[in-house]
This record gives sequence, C-alpha cells and structure tokens, in this order.
Amino acid sequence: MYSYYLTIVLAPLAAAIVAGLFGKQIGRAGAHWITILAVGLSCVLSMFVLKEMFWGGAVAENIHVYTWAVTDGLRMEVGFLVDRLTALMMVVVTFVSFSVHIYTIGYMHDDPGYQRFFSYISLFTFSMLMLVMSNNFLQLFFGWEAVGLVSYLLIGFWYKRESAIFANLKAFLVNRVGDFGFILGIAAIVMFTGSLDYAEVFGQAESVAAQQFEVFPGAPWNAMTVACILLFIGAMGKSAQAPLHVWLPDSMEGPTPISALIHAATMVTAGIFMVARMSPLFELSETALAVVITIGAITAFFMGLLGIVQNDIKRVVAYSTLSQLGYMTVALGASAYSAAIFHLMTHAFFKALLFLAAGSVIIAMHHEQDIRKMGGLRKYMPITYWTALIGSLALIGFPGLSGFFSKDLLIEAVKESHWHGQGAVYWIAYLSVLLGVFVTALYSFRMFFLVFHGKARMDKETKSHLHETPWVVTAPLIMLAIPSAIIGWITVNDVLFNNYFGDAIVVSSAHDVLAHMGESFHGSLSLLKHAPQTPVFWLAAGGVFSAWFLYLRRPDIPVTIKRKLSGIYTLLDRKYYFDDLYIKGFAAGGRGIGRFLWEKGDQLIIDGIIVNGTARSVGKLAGVMRQIQTGYLYTYAFAMIIGLTMLLSWLIWFR
Amino acid sequence: MDYSQYLLSILVWLPIISGIVLLVIGDGGDAKSSKASTMRIIALGMSLLTFVLSIALYAWFDNTETGMQFIERFAWIPALNAYYYLGIDGISAPLILLTTFITPLVVLTSWDVIKVRPAQFFAAFLILEGLMIGVFSALDGLLFYVFWEAMLVPMFLIIGVWGGERRIYATLKFFLYTFLGSVLMLVAFIYLYGQTGSFDMFGWMNVTIGLTAQKFIFIAFLIAFAVKVPMWPVHTWLPDAHVEAPTGGSVILAAIMLKMGGYGFLRLSLPMVPDGSAYFSGLVIAMSLIAIVYIGFVALMQKDMKKLIAYSSIAHMGFVTLGFFLLWSIQSGSGAGLGMTGGMVQMVSHGLISGAMFLCVGVLYDRVHSRKIADYGGVANTMPVFAAFMVLFSMANAGLPGTSGFVGEFMVIIASFKANFWFAFLGASTLVLGAAYTLWMVKRVIYGEIANDDVAELEDLNIREFVVLGVLAVAVLLIGLWPAPLVDMMNVTVDQLIQQIGHSKL
Repeated sequence: MYSYYLTIVLAPLAAAIVAGLFGKQIGRAGAHWITILAVGLSCVLSMFVLKEMFWGGAVAENIHVYTWAVTDGLRMEVGFLVDRLTALMMVVVTFVSFSVHIYTIGYMHDDPGYQRFFSYISLFTFSMLMLVMSNNFLQLFFGWEAVGLVSYLLIGFWYKRESAIFANLKAFLVNRVGDFGFILGIAAIVMFTGSLDYAEVFGQAESVAAQQFEVFPGAPWNAMTVACILLFIGAMGKSAQAPLHVWLPDSMEGPTPISALIHAATMVTAGIFMVARMSPLFELSETALAVVITIGAITAFFMGLLGIVQNDIKRVVAYSTLSQLGYMTVALGASAYSAAIFHLMTHAFFKALLFLAAGSVIIAMHHEQDIRKMGGLRKYMPITYWTALIGSLALIGFPGLSGFFSKDLLIEAVKESHWHGQGAVYWIAYLSVLLGVFVTALYSFRMFFLVFHGKARMDKETKSHLHETPWVVTAPLIMLAIPSAIIGWITVNDVLFNNYFGDAIVVSSAHDVLAHMGESFHGSLSLLKHAPQTPVFWLAAGGVFSAWFLYLRRPDIPVTIKRKLSGIYTLLDRKYYFDDLYIKGFAAGGRGIGRFLWEKGDQLIIDGIIVNGTARSVGKLAGVMRQIQTGYLYTYAFAMIIGLTMLLSWLIWFR
Repeated sequence: MDYSQYLLSILVWLPIISGIVLLVIGDGGDAKSSKASTMRIIALGMSLLTFVLSIALYAWFDNTETGMQFIERFAWIPALNAYYYLGIDGISAPLILLTTFITPLVVLTSWDVIKVRPAQFFAAFLILEGLMIGVFSALDGLLFYVFWEAMLVPMFLIIGVWGGERRIYATLKFFLYTFLGSVLMLVAFIYLYGQTGSFDMFGWMNVTIGLTAQKFIFIAFLIAFAVKVPMWPVHTWLPDAHVEAPTGGSVILAAIMLKMGGYGFLRLSLPMVPDGSAYFSGLVIAMSLIAIVYIGFVALMQKDMKKLIAYSSIAHMGFVTLGFFLLWSIQSGSGAGLGMTGGMVQMVSHGLISGAMFLCVGVLYDRVHSRKIADYGGVANTMPVFAAFMVLFSMANAGLPGTSGFVGEFMVIIASFKANFWFAFLGASTLVLGAAYTLWMVKRVIYGEIANDDVAELEDLNIREFVVLGVLAVAVLLIGLWPAPLVDMMNVTVDQLIQQIGHSKL
C-alpha cells in the first residue's frame, strides 16, 4: 500500500508544480487536464484504500517515509498514519477536490489566471492530504501551515482587488494567532513526552496527565490540560471558532470554487480532524473538553444568528459554515468524536454543494451576489435549483438526508453527555445546538426562497440572459448532491455505532455517549420513523415555515422587525463588533506600539541620546579641550607649572 | 601530495589573491570597457571556483569526527607564540559553505549594476570572502583577530564608496560600533594570552579562569558579538548600514557578517568562559526576547523596504542567541542541543532568506530607484515571476514550514518551552509579528492595482536575476524540506560543545 499512499499525495503535488511552473507551455486545457487527472487518481486510490479498510480488513499502517532531521534525541520525521479516520478524510478531501476541479473549468473559464488557479488547488489537495495522513506533529504542522498558505494565495487570487488582499492578509494573520497556540501546544507535547510521533505520544498520554505544569509560577495545572488547550487554540484558528472566526466570512473574497473546497469542506475542518486525531489526549482532560464544548456552542449559535442578516449569497453560506463548524466542535467537546467526524463528512458534501450552487447562481447573475437582487431563479436554473434544495434540506436536517443523521445524532449525543455535569457548560452546549437548528433552517431557507422563489428582482438586462450554467458546473452539483442525499442513510450505523474508527479514536468509557446511544439505535429506518417525535424536527420545520412566511408571504414584517429592534439588528449587522475590535483595537494598537518603540525607543533614546549623544559629547569635549590648546607658549608653560606644583605637593604631603 | 590538507588555506587565499589581482589590473575606469567585463568574468569565475572547492570540503567533511578537521598549523610569529592555525568543525563548516554559496550570487547580482569602479567593487567582495572564511576557520586568537578586523575594511569601502546618499554617516556608525566592540574583544584576548602564553584557542578553552575574570571576559565578548549579531539595544547601526549599502553589500552584511556574532558566541564565549556565560545567560535571553518582540513591532512600522528587512533580520537573529543560551534554563533532560542546533540552522537559513529579500528589494531598486514601500503597489501585474519569488521568500521570512525559515525557529521554540513557558510564548510571537510585517509589506508592494507609472513600466526579471533568485529559492526549499544533511553536520560538534560548557572552569 506504501506506493499507493505516496501516489495519492504526490500526484497532486506533481500536477501543481507542472501547472504552476509550465502553465504557459501546457496551456489552459493542459493545466486542467493534468490536475484533474492527478486529483482523480488520488481520489480513486483513496476510495480503494477506504474500501480495503472497510471491507478488505486492512489494518492501520504507520509508515516512515524519510527522516527530516534528528538532533538532541528528537526525531523529526515525515510519515503516514493511515487508519480508518485517515482513510475517510482522504476520500472526503479528494472527492470534493475532484468535483471542484471540474467545476473550476466552468467557473474560471475566462480568467487570465486559469493555470495558476489549477496549480493552487492541486497544491492545496497535496497539503491537505499531508495534513490528514501525517503520523507526527511536525508534518501535521507542515500541512496545517501549507493549507494556510494556499488559502492565503487563493483568497487573494484576484490580487488587484483591495478587498481580496485585505481579506487574505487578515485570514493569514488570524490563523497565525491560532498557530501561535498550536506551536506552543506541540512544544508542550515534546516537553512532556520527548517525541513528535503520534504513537509514542499517545502511548505516554497517561503519564502526561499525571504531571503538573506551572504556566504561572505557583499555580500548577494539569500538564494535559495545558497541552490540549494550546493545541485547541490552533484548531480555533483553522476551524474559525469564536473569537478567531473573523477571517472566514472575509475569505469569501476568493473565487467560489475555493470557498467550497477550502473554506467549507476541507481546510476549515482540519481543526475538527486534529482534535479527533488527538482524542487519546483530549480524553484525559475534562477541563480541556469543557473549553472545547463551550467555544463550539458559542460559535454554533451566535454565528448562525449572523447568517440571518447577511445579504451576500456567499456570506450567508459562510456564516452557516461557521455555525456548523461550531456543531462539530461541540460534538468533540462531548467526546462524541465519531459524531463530529460524521458531521464533518456529510457537511463537506452538502456545504460544498451549497457553495457550488451559489457559484452557479453567481455565474448566471453575472457576478451579482446580493440576494435582494435575485428571486425566481427556479424557472431558469432547474438543476441548480434542485441540487440547492437537496443541499439546503440536508443542512437543516430534513429527515432522510445526510444532515438529518449527522445532526440529529450529534445533538442527541450532546444531550446525553451528562458527564459534563448539569451545570452551565452542559446547558450552554445543549441549548445552543438545539436552538441553532431553528436558526439554521431560518437563514438557509431565507436565502433559498429569496434566490429561487418569489418575484424576479434583477434588472431586465440580467434577466434576459438568465439560463442554466454549462455541464461542467452542473455535473459537480449532481456529483455532490448524491452523497448529500444518501450518505447519511448508508453509513450512519457503521460510522457511529459499529465501532468503525476502531483504535483511531479513543473514548474513555465514562464519556462514551455514542455507545450508550447505540444500545437504543435500531437502524436508519427506525430513526427516520421517530423523527417527528424529536424537538429537532419541529424546530427545523418552524425555521423553514418562518422563512417562508417572513420572506415570501409577508416581506413587510422583517422590515418592521428591523426597525423595531434596530439595536439588535445593528449588533448583528456589525457582527458583534469583532472586526472593529480587531482592526481598531489590535491592529491599530500593534501599529501604535511599533511606532512608539521605533520613534521613542530606537530613534530618540538609543540613537538620539546614547549613540549620537555620545558622539556629540565627544565632539563637545573635544571643543573644550581645543580651547586649552591655544598655541601660545605661555599657556603651555602655565599648565606645566600648575602640573608640576600639583605633582610635587602630592609627593610631599601624601607619601 | 594530498592537497586536501591545504583546502582551507586555498579557500581563504584564493579569493583574496584573486581580489588583489583584480585591483592590480583594474578596469581602466570605464564600466563598459571590455577590460571591465573581463574583470567581472574573473570575479565570477574565481568565486565559483571557491564554491566548487568548498563542495569538496563538504564531501570530505566527517560528520562523526568530534574534533577539528582540515587542520593546518604553522608557526607564524614565534616571538608571540602565534600560529597560522586553521581548522573547522560542525559549527564553522556550514557557515563557510554559506559564504562560498552567497558570494558568486552577489557577484552576479552586481554584474552591470555597478557603474563606478567595477573592478575594485568585485575585488572588495572577493577579498571580503576570503577574510570571512578566515574568521570561520582561524583557531589561533591573533589570526582570528586579524581576519576579524580586516573584514571591516572591504565592507567599510563597499558602503562608503558605492553606497547611497547618507553613506558617510552609515559607514562611520557601522565602523565605530563594531570597532568599539572588537577592541574589547582584543583586551579579552590579551588577558587570555597572558594566562596561557599562547593564542591557541584550545589552550584558552582549557585554562582555569576565576569567576570575576570570566564575567569581565564574557562582557567584553558580549559587547563585541552583540554589536555584530546585532542584538538589542546595540542594533541601530544595522538599518542605517543596510539602507546605504549597495544591494550586494546588504546581502553579504545580512547573510554572512551578522553570523560572525553568533559564531563568536559559540567559538569563544560559551567554551572559554562557561561560568561567565552561565552567569549572564539570563541577560542574553532577555535581550534576545526583546529583540524578537520589540524589533518585531518596530519592523511593522518601517516605510523603507530595506529598513524593514534589516529590522526583521534583528528579530530573526534573536532566535539564534536565544537558542544558544537556553542551556542553563533547562532543568532536566535534553533540549539544550535542540536550541543550539536550532540557532545554528537559523543562522544559515537567515543568511539565505535575508539575502534573498535584499536581492528582491535590489531588483526593484535597480528599476525604480526607490526603496519606499509607498512608491510601489501592484508589482505583481507587471512582474509576475518576480512576485512569485518575493512571496516565496516572504513566506520563508515568516517562518513557513517547508522553507528553511521554519526549521531553526521550530527547534528553538520547542527548546525554549522546556526552559520556560514564557520564553516560548514570547518567542512564538514571531509567528504573528513576523507574518504581519512581512506580508503587510507584500500586500502593499506586490498586490493591488498598478500604483503609478513607474510600476506600470516595470520589466520582469532578466535571466541573471532569475538565476540568482532561483538558486536561492531552491536552497531555501531544500533546507526546509530536508534539513537532515545540514543538521547532521552540526550534531556531533554541538554535543561536544555542550559537554565542554558543562565543565566548570573555576
């Protein structure tokens, strides 16, 4: 299998290098063919690996590829750990990437940077695979930063746009704040275990949890809690958890295919994957898990609310992504790692689908993204309409579709996670994910109705050109709509309850809510039958109904609400003032500190007073000394006499 | 006859003699004359030959040897018991390779940019190269001092003759700062000579010295090396020197001359006065952390690209000194070696990256004659190939994994966590600060709409510039993806050094 793994990783890299360096020579078609073939190959091989894992009885493999460096007893290596968690992620990454590659042919059709774009997305696929297939923290960090780099390059793909190059700098820096925690987390792991290798680190997890570590002198904390929280800060950056979420909505400045691939389906889920991968560590710190679940809950609910007031089609989906990432994080915090990964998988399909559908709408609307200027598109774009409907229904958890299984069971798992105690942490988490269902349905169908139903509100010119997008755009929609619809039904039992992940995910028995739920789980069909008895179903239905009533039947009501509750509206519209805080507070503050240190520290004190001051003093002293050297003989004679007198008196009286 | 035993001497003297030949022949005062172009070709050829010979040095270098290699020892001034004594180990070998690697690139960069006295310009670089290799290989204190001070002269001339408008201020500042430091080093040398009766550095390492004397010697060394590195607060000469220096001068200054300070700490301070080093290690760590954080903020506000990169150099060199002095803060287990190796890797990596960054600025300066960030914007529109290089090197400067910039910082951050959480915390702030000042500059210079007519008329890289940046890019990526060959050269020597430091000399 070793050669398979290498091919899976290196094929996209090779294609990226060829398309990037020789784009001119191979031409536009050459660039998309080579990258699509490479990613297609990775996808097929990944599916084969998954099949072997699932049906073929293949066992997890831990493979050394090459030694990066060894020094002072610390081995830094590159290698693959391919188990069932990895295999699942590989398929999700390569499949979505493959769909997006095809879609890009249509979406970027006229763009002058065509080859460059294909090079980037293939490079991204390589980086993401390095991240998920890693068997050690060093390579994890490499993949982590490499996907961040490609994300930076792609958000700023249209580098002439001021908004795009602002957004990519912001994304990179906010992610770096997360990485700041992440690298400290890795350093903590090395300090406590002396290794970067997953297997060795996990093997020593128990002994780490028994240690104390003083971050603040005199206040010993559990070593595992320190390490896990630091690692989780990294996840907060990459997976855009509050308060490090601000970069994700702005990342929508990038072309839509990458919003689907990077900022919905794969890269942003790296943090979720990482925590699941580190389950043997997080399981040993309930404090860290409480932090995780709280952050996730806040993100899930409050970011969802923001989706309701957005008017840019992509930003609505972006806030939806934030909220769903919050759901996954809550599942992690409830020790339901499998549920988080399961939701990650279904979300990857239906959210990529929603983004690509939004992109299809944007193409048809000639790059208009304001949903207030759309409406009635159902007639013109049937394939986009139906696939977007499947995606939206899957997102809100319509019974039977993939999101239903992943989200319902995720919420159930949170409800069952009584080991968090019955205090604030538990209730914040449970109520957030529960009420979030209503919010999700409301913003999703607000957008859906405003785009596809109702009166057409675009100008005549645009309207006359409306038509369904070409097959390279619609084919990926259908490719993604199929798993969005059925993947949950097919896989729920195996992934969640049949111990699919085996040793890849470790849950202590006290935390194992999924095992508890598994006892009363009787297959997909029975879950479906019971759907109407759950609050989740009625909350979602209420959300859709509200959206229909408020935005199609009585559009005057939202206007009234907006006017009456202008305070809350402004709060939501300003995104809780996070951007203002960061830009006017931290960014401006940082520049202020820089200016102060430069002008006062370097220029005034060091250079002005000490360095040039010394030079000036020497100059002045020399000036004074020069006065003495008059050149007149009697001055020197006088000085000589004074000197002699002083010397003699010293000899006489003091010796 | 086995010439390999004289390889170090050849590496030292070949460029120096070539430089003198260039000076003697001259260019006839005309940069366009055929004589001048012959001189350029000679300079390039000789620097390339030196590089090829240094590859032989690498090939024959034994990674498992604990002592010095390629030793040459002849009586030099018998009256003073001074020897012509050369040799290298895992600390100096990578720096010599860096020197021989960078010099041909600098010659290429300056190819037709230098219009005044080209022969003398290239001669200065060749002589400087030989002297720098001399510093890295001298094992006799007097010889070391001679190379060390002689090195200042060509650099002084490069900035003073071929520099910018305020070159006189900058050269004076540069000269006085570094000379003040090295005079103190000379005093320490004389004391050590008095104690041992010889200039043999190994004698100096093994002689017993009292704590007070060690403290004084350490302070003398600290001032000498801190100025070179440069460490906060004796760093202000560097931005001025860089701004006024011609591109080639900046590259040599940043890539190699700054490493003299780091090298001095490893070759002299740590092994010769270990107890003094232990006593002051907290001070050095504090100065290093201030360099990383304080200078990181200062770099953010620079309006001149060269100044920004100069400040970024200071911040990055902070990791070097931080890594070297963690030894005494790590209570148990390994980690000291990691910090030290990390610091050394950082020296090599910084040589490549800062050199490349200065070259990038030089490429723009040659076309627009401005270093001001505000005079640019949207360069990617007219120079896409250049933009790709600039983004790559900027990412390396920001410490992206997969580039050499990550390797040393990663090792030092991990080692410093073992020493103290807050060391690592402050050190890791470079992840944010380094990215902020570097990429903000990239945003304003490379991205955006075409800002003005100068940018609109820019032409992309020519072959010569492409080769120079391409070679550096390969080196940066190679070390980033596979640092093992570099690290393996250092490991044995670092272990040896840590043992040496472990023995108190009181």
